[in-house]
Amino acid sequence: MSNLLAQSRALAPTTWTVVLRALWPFLLGIAVGLFAYFYAGPELGGYHAQIARVAGINVILAVSLTVVNGFAGQFSMGHAGFMAVGGYVAAGITYYGTMRLVDPAQLSNGLFIGGLLSWTGIGQFEGPVLTWGDALFVGSCLVGGLAAAGAGYIVGLPSLRLKGDYLAIVTLGFGEIVRVLFQGTKDQIPPWQAETVRDIPWYDLMLRLGGPKGMNLLPTYTTLFWVYLFATLTLIFCYRLKVSSSGRALLAIREDEIAAQAMGVDITRYKVRAFVLSAFFAGVAGGLYAMDIGALNAGDLGFQKSFDIIIMVVLGGMGSISGAALAAIILTILPELLRSPPMVWPAGLALLIIVAAVQSARGRWRPRSLIVIAVVTAALEIGRRVAIANGINLADYRLVLYASLLITMMLARPQGLFGIHEIWEMIPRRRPQTAGADE
Amino acid sequence: MTQFLQTLFDGITVGCLYALIALGYTMVYGILKFINFAHSDVFALGAWMSITIAGWIGLGLTGQPTPPWYMGVLVLLGAMGVCGVVGFVIERVAYRPLRNAPRINVLITAIGVSLFMQNFGQLRFAFGAYPRPFPRLIDNTALFAVAGVAVRLPDLAVIGTALALMAALQFLIYRTKFGTAMRAVSFSPRNASLMGVNVDLVISFTFVVGAMLAAAAGFLYGVKYEGQAKQTADAMWVMLGLKAFVAAVVGGIGNVRGAVLGGLLIGLIEFFGVAYLSSQYRDAYVFAILILVLLLKPEGVLGRATVEKV
Amino acid sequence: MSRLTRPTLAATLLAALSAALGGCEKSPATNSPAAGSTAAGASADTFLVGHYASMTGSEATFGVSTDNGIRLAVSEQNAAGGVNGRQITLITYDNQGKPQESVTAVTRLIDQDHVVAVLGEVASSRSLAGAPVCQRKGVPMITPSSTNPDVTAVGNMISRVCFIDPFQGYVGAKFARENLKLSKAATLYNRAQAYSSGLNSNFIDSFKKLGGEVVSEQAYSDGDNDFSAQLTAIRQMGAEFIYVPGYYTEVVNIAKQARKLGLDVPLIGGDGWDSEELRNAGSSLNGCYFSNHYSQEDTRPEVQEFVKRYQAEYGKVPDGLAALGYDSVRLLFDAAARAQSLSGADLARAINSTKGFKGVTGTITIDAKRNATKDAVVLEVVDGVPKYKATIKPD
Repeated sequence: MSNLLAQSRALAPTTWTVVLRALWPFLLGIAVGLFAYFYAGPELGGYHAQIARVAGINVILAVSLTVVNGFAGQFSMGHAGFMAVGGYVAAGITYYGTMRLVDPAQLSNGLFIGGLLSWTGIGQFEGPVLTWGDALFVGSCLVGGLAAAGAGYIVGLPSLRLKGDYLAIVTLGFGEIVRVLFQGTKDQIPPWQAETVRDIPWYDLMLRLGGPKGMNLLPTYTTLFWVYLFATLTLIFCYRLKVSSSGRALLAIREDEIAAQAMGVDITRYKVRAFVLSAFFAGVAGGLYAMDIGALNAGDLGFQKSFDIIIMVVLGGMGSISGAALAAIILTILPELLRSPPMVWPAGLALLIIVAAVQSARGRWRPRSLIVIAVVTAALEIGRRVAIANGINLADYRLVLYASLLITMMLARPQGLFGIHEIWEMIPRRRPQTAGADE
Repeated sequence: MTQFLQTLFDGITVGCLYALIALGYTMVYGILKFINFAHSDVFALGAWMSITIAGWIGLGLTGQPTPPWYMGVLVLLGAMGVCGVVGFVIERVAYRPLRNAPRINVLITAIGVSLFMQNFGQLRFAFGAYPRPFPRLIDNTALFAVAGVAVRLPDLAVIGTALALMAALQFLIYRTKFGTAMRAVSFSPRNASLMGVNVDLVISFTFVVGAMLAAAAGFLYGVKYEGQAKQTADAMWVMLGLKAFVAAVVGGIGNVRGAVLGGLLIGLIEFFGVAYLSSQYRDAYVFAILILVLLLKPEGVLGRATVEKV
Repeated sequence: MSRLTRPTLAATLLAALSAALGGCEKSPATNSPAAGSTAAGASADTFLVGHYASMTGSEATFGVSTDNGIRLAVSEQNAAGGVNGRQITLITYDNQGKPQESVTAVTRLIDQDHVVAVLGEVASSRSLAGAPVCQRKGVPMITPSSTNPDVTAVGNMISRVCFIDPFQGYVGAKFARENLKLSKAATLYNRAQAYSSGLNSNFIDSFKKLGGEVVSEQAYSDGDNDFSAQLTAIRQMGAEFIYVPGYYTEVVNIAKQARKLGLDVPLIGGDGWDSEELRNAGSSLNGCYFSNHYSQEDTRPEVQEFVKRYQAEYGKVPDGLAALGYDSVRLLFDAAARAQSLSGADLARAINSTKGFKGVTGTITIDAKRNATKDAVVLEVVDGVPKYKATIKPD
């Protein structure tokens, strides 16, 4: 008996491995963030760094929605609503918090009181790496996340009764109600009346969120560091969730709710958990979003924004974290590219050759995919030529092209880019097969 | 009293419009079990096609007398025809290849189609970005007044046409052989096809009918609000479509009578909410009712609860 | 083996796509003129002006009108030899009517294209998103038609060529109170819109100060097109006129529906009404008034010249947005000719010291808060065509 006990004790992980397991996501996140901020940012320049920040925020949104839509199979169409809750709470705390805590005379550069890692201004920054302004910003994003998680709990509860499209409609309705409520708040107090803010209690300040005008002139703390720190944490967290027992339970619910229940999965609890977690990350992303563009307007966080996020998830593949992240990046860049549509035929030709080579190597020809690629490339190129020859401004057709590409992608690959797989699940699997005997 | 009657009358008229649009949602949902998000854009197309067709035959120019009533019917039929063709093409090109894919894929494709139609419609050679006035096709003078509420021909035309089309649809679905086939497909496409029903044909037909009803709603919308039609990408069209969809869900999605009831219900709630509570939260009333109904009776007021079997 | 085909296909597809995207993403960076220097747009032979606007989406007409006005001014100036001997190139980016896209568009104009100055936006909410970027990067921004006072308060790089909401609200109130001698007002505004709700509260403030009474305050939202419930409520309260600070897209329908309900009181509005499309209202807007930046009937030669050229170019009567777009870029050219250099700070100083600039929309003087002080006109709508009625000066 004591022998067995000793054996089990020896199997238990030592303290430092536990600490390391808990810490390494943070360490990795900080490393990725620092790399993005100090190396990638200056390389990219202002405009591309701006796109990179939007892409990172979209990654957080898409990956967090994957938890509900992809893992648990609960169709949520109100993700932008959670984003709005988190964004407004975070923006309110950061904006009014800065005014309350800092002597107005010290606010030389707008409302900015952050350190180097939050510096989005122009020129050299002299000062500490982190100050308590950053703590206020990060803290408010986390509080925004918690507020969104609370909203997620409220929305998750109906999912006990509803499923499928009905749940989708309720989440859509929730998102719209959130939008209307935030548009009903009182006017924002502008930065040049900062003195008056001190005399107003917090609960009252949190009702002054700009109403229909939205919050404007927010301090822009969001840098590549914070975006990619949170994006990395979200990715690791959601991946760990996917491969954990909770994740398996969620996947079981997605595949067959009744069977999952029969196997002893507490459906209610897992569904609500999925909603709460997903909403938390969406709330954090909302905070980052608000402090990135320096403005937040509930009117822009309606169901159309939710659709944008759903499109990313579905395009990446339902349940594929890496797929959702990649789709988020692609769909952020695509509309920007379409501002001045580039030449597509070299890429199309390369794609055609690669796909043809892969197919001939496999000995399985799929002429349909080749024809699709050729026709789409030719159509895009001819359209571009015709437009240039006739002096048509292609930027006007940006959203028409975007919609056409979306439909084409859905028709050509309905399961999304990666289906339910992760990218790395596809690459290493080839090695043992090529190294070992044939299958 | 006047305010009450006026609100009641407006609510019923708009409710009829919602019901017409809701029918398209509910029919597609009943058969394919997916939300056709492009439906509101077919509705917008119907309105804009009415303007275009009226322009082609030279109607409704400023200063012109109101044309005879059959010209209006001609415009209506023209818009319905164009939208029917468009509905057929949408189903054939965008939805049929995804027949066996998960529903969320079809939904994304529908959003894609919706985006496409919105942005294509506002191109210069299509309808353009500027609003255009609806031609006056029906005389607008007050027929009679009840306690201060003026009743006009356009409003009666909206209610009358909507009711007639709904009755025709009811007849089609419950009294004809084709309707039986539609109901069979909605019950189980596989079993229906085993019984010799051409499922593809039925689905195409459903889309065509839904699109034609939406076009009729677009035309009637123009008759009622003859001010001007906003461009196709305007939030207005989507919002109207969304409310009609809510009406379909509240009434019991997949149920034709439910769509009519839901449309009237949503129209009345919206109008009484704005008139007696506050105009601030117009959209919130509609969605709050939706959530309430879904929580209390998820299958909708007239819907039938389905028991899932293992 | 067959199991691998699809994932591999996906991976190659993705790799090729991202390669294509990445490859294309780089090309404009290398092509853009003289990357790195602060006033790069000026160091080349062209004078680059950026414009961000809602060219698509539900407010596309505003962006298109403004852009038309700007393009007309640019082509005229180019024909006249450009600015300081440099030809002008205008780069317009669409923001779909969204603040976030505005930030991206402005960042691209400044960092990628290295424009000398930025023009935009019509809607104050989008200007408020773009303005901090310009302020931070030290590039002057002139907003043609954002009337919210907060926009120019962002900093010394931001200025405007239109009057501000408090003044316009005052104009509406004063005209109703003193010219029309009305005392009971109702308002009907779009609460989802910064412009409309701001103007609404400014009007109510001014009207109360002038001794009037607001008997009913009704709101609608983006996407509403049925106003009969609100109008029924207003009818119930016995208002003498309705203040409708909305865009012409809604005003026409509001007027039609009001007349249908037998509500024959005048409607009074702001510059959002100004459009050729107002004729869609037919006779239902007769006897209604709105405040505006300029009148097409103005006999000043610059106005008549502008209206003639605009009609020749685009085939329609210019609206206020087109006129303001035209003025904003011409004010920029005027300032550029006066500026010591084309660096952001010098150019902004020149813009901010503009005095007595003769624009189509009146004589523009930029005040200490970088707002344009100028008169407003009140126009009366006759069969859908605005006719000059009165001029109201700032007090």
